[in-house]
Amino acid sequence: MPATADAATLDRTFRALADPSRRSIVARLSSGPASVSELAAPLAMSLPAVVQHLGVLQESGLVRSEKVGRVRMCRLEPAPMGAAQQWIADHRAAWEGRLDRLGDVLDTTYGSPS
Amino acid sequence: MSVIHADFAIERRYGCSPPQTFSAFADPALKRQWFAVPADWAETDWTLDFRVGGGETNRGRSPDGKLHAFVSRFHDIVAERRIVFAYDLLVDDQLVSVSLTTVEVFADGDGSRLLFTEQGAFFDEDPGAPAEREHGTGVILDRLGPLLAGEPAR
Repeated sequence: MPATADAATLDRTFRALADPSRRSIVARLSSGPASVSELAAPLAMSLPAVVQHLGVLQESGLVRSEKVGRVRMCRLEPAPMGAAQQWIADHRAAWEGRLDRLGDVLDTTYGSPS
Repeated sequence: MSVIHADFAIERRYGCSPPQTFSAFADPALKRQWFAVPADWAETDWTLDFRVGGGETNRGRSPDGKLHAFVSRFHDIVAERRIVFAYDLLVDDQLVSVSLTTVEVFADGDGSRLLFTEQGAFFDEDPGAPAEREHGTGVILDRLGPLLAGEPAR
């Protein structure tokens, strides 16, 4: 089985992707690089909160940022992964998404926890 | 051409009680809300027979025309606590994986904790087309596959 990403890397990746806001940032970056303020615009949160999420994504190695003039640009930095790990990661990510939706359905059906 | 064996676990905490969390698996109307084909897919078939020996079938056609199927059978159900099921994933009638999944629900303060454990045999026939990306259930998750993968395997 190819092993180009170790368990600790996968753990960091999944932690980074365990948050809906960070997933939305990653989804946005999948269509191309963006500035921090462009990433913040569609999110209902303060700029410092967005910067904090970006920090987690950068620690995971998923996202890289660099200063271009006066603007900080962010881009995806996907790590190479073997086919097996890719399959498992995709599969797991799909279930993570489903179980998040399950939580939304429970909140809607039985009332959101205070 | 090879088979990959893998297992993983996912844990979630929900604000509602264990019976309520369990109902999201047992009640077809609730199950359908979180476990269905993506909005831009054409659903061709969906059934849930929630009892030991019964199963769930979930078939849909993705925009690229492929037919995706999730076919499961319940092996063990302990009301409000545990569900064990096995499922096949098929794309265009080709078997992609077989998994054994255990869902456990525990009381956790005034809410509940869900532990999802999956053990799977994945048939690595076409590493360039990860099966779950094809079976995937959302735009974001569909995008995550290639992101996590980086370069195609071959």
